[in-house]
Amino acid sequence: MAELKGWKEIPIGGVIDKPATAKEYQTGTWRVIRPVHQPENCIHCMMCWLYCPDQAIVIEVVDGKPKMKGYNYYYCKGCGLCANVCPKTNDKLPEEKRAIVMKPETEFQD
Amino acid sequence: MPEVKNRQAVTGAQAVANAMRQINPDVVAAYPITPQTPVVEYFAQYVADGLADTEMIPVESEHSAMSAVVGAAAAGARAMTATAANGLALMHEIVYIAASSRLPIVMPVANRALSGPINIHCDHSDAMAERDSGWIQLWAENAQEAYDFTIMAIRLAEHEDIRLPVMVNFDGFIISHGVEVVDFLDDEVVKKFVGEPKVKYPLLDVDNPVTHGPLDLYDYYFEHKRQQIEAMKHVYKVFNKVAEEFAKISGRKYNILDAYKVEDAEYVMIALGSTAGTIKYTVDLLREEGHKVGVIKPQIFRPFPKTELQGLLNGRKAVIVLDRSASFGAEAPLYEAVKSSLYELAVKPQLGSYVYGLGGRDIKIEHIRKAFEDAFAGNLIADEERYLGLRE
Ligand code: SF4
Ligand code: SF4
Repeated sequence: MAELKGWKEIPIGGVIDKPATAKEYQTGTWRVIRPVHQPENCIHCMMCWLYCPDQAIVIEVVDGKPKMKGYNYYYCKGCGLCANVCPKTNDKLPEEKRAIVMKPETEFQD
Repeated sequence: MPEVKNRQAVTGAQAVANAMRQINPDVVAAYPITPQTPVVEYFAQYVADGLADTEMIPVESEHSAMSAVVGAAAAGARAMTATAANGLALMHEIVYIAASSRLPIVMPVANRALSGPINIHCDHSDAMAERDSGWIQLWAENAQEAYDFTIMAIRLAEHEDIRLPVMVNFDGFIISHGVEVVDFLDDEVVKKFVGEPKVKYPLLDVDNPVTHGPLDLYDYYFEHKRQQIEAMKHVYKVFNKVAEEFAKISGRKYNILDAYKVEDAEYVMIALGSTAGTIKYTVDLLREEGHKVGVIKPQIFRPFPKTELQGLLNGRKAVIVLDRSASFGAEAPLYEAVKSSLYELAVKPQLGSYVYGLGGRDIKIEHIRKAFEDAFAGNLIADEERYLGLRE
């Protein structure tokens, strides 16, 4: 989270005086489980990108077609929606066949 | 003193509606509620007759009225509404939002008792329920003051050091429906006095997009409240400046405290609104009998004029506070505020609390005299609430 400002420095009335400041709000600090992309199983259908409430899915357009490139973990709050809507991810598939695997955040702490 | 060009006998409601017509706000959203109804009726008529080019929004409830003016003010419009009693109570949620969002809305309130039991007559329980909402509260004694304060309130609310909404309180029926002589200013003079709305962060400025009313959790809410506290601290300085300018165009000079025969007074009564007029009359009678009495009418209740009161009350023999509302299980609101103001005084006066006039109950000269006589006899008890005009 960015440095918090004092009462004399901020606009009155809770007004946010410029657009797109939500970018500075790193919802990724909330995360307790982390989606991990397994590109070998991904069909680049963009369902995860469409549903992610935090625009945390990174895409790249290759030959006019979008490709799922993984996650921006600054914004991914670990809600699991992407894994839920992904056609290549479900409980019946073994983990190694899924496009998205949800893992405890603790596994990634140094 | 400027020549009186427009002296008319009108009801307080008409005086207030005429002030609104002259202010010519961009938006008025209102719902009629007794005893505010004639304000909205007169104003709607002015709009229908083309005498104001205000966007008039007849809403289905006061909650919507306040919501619509909040939206309009955030968009950058000069927005007004008017209400009373349960209407104000129904606005309550948005009343706080208006102040917290620092929107300079001006709202005349024809003070009336809050139900239940159902009662449509004057008391101050409606405004007192909003005393901590962050609105500035002006209190008028008569139709003239209701008119003048409505115009002055625009300048106060929109001042860049303040940016807070203002409630102009005037007693329901007593002022709203009583006919009095009022000196109106010329339309052009009012237009020039209120000027163009001073807009801050308008939503409709598409080149500079802003967000109003975002989520404000433990990380910033406290800081925004501190800003509101600060804005309240500027009110008296700005009020005095606005009052000075208003005196130039009207010949009527208002002070934070309207002090009548207080200079040498040993016994001072304090009251809000129209009753101050009856007290002034009683003070005249008692003065003829040789009693050193006076009356103070705070023109502003929020922010509370603590320092100003301390200056006037230090060393007096007794201070009697009359409240037209009760605070159940605690001291009446005006009394509580006066009492706490006097805590630090070097020479504390005796104090007495009197509640009167609930639900429109008459307040008579005898009642006021009785309270003064208690004070003359040294029979005041600071911790005892007494009642005027109540049947035992
Ligand atoms: S877990 Fe939720 S926030 Fe994170 S990428 Fe998936 S949908 Fe977006
Ligand atoms: S929803 Fe699943 S398959 Fe579709 S792009 Fe996202 S990760 Fe790949």
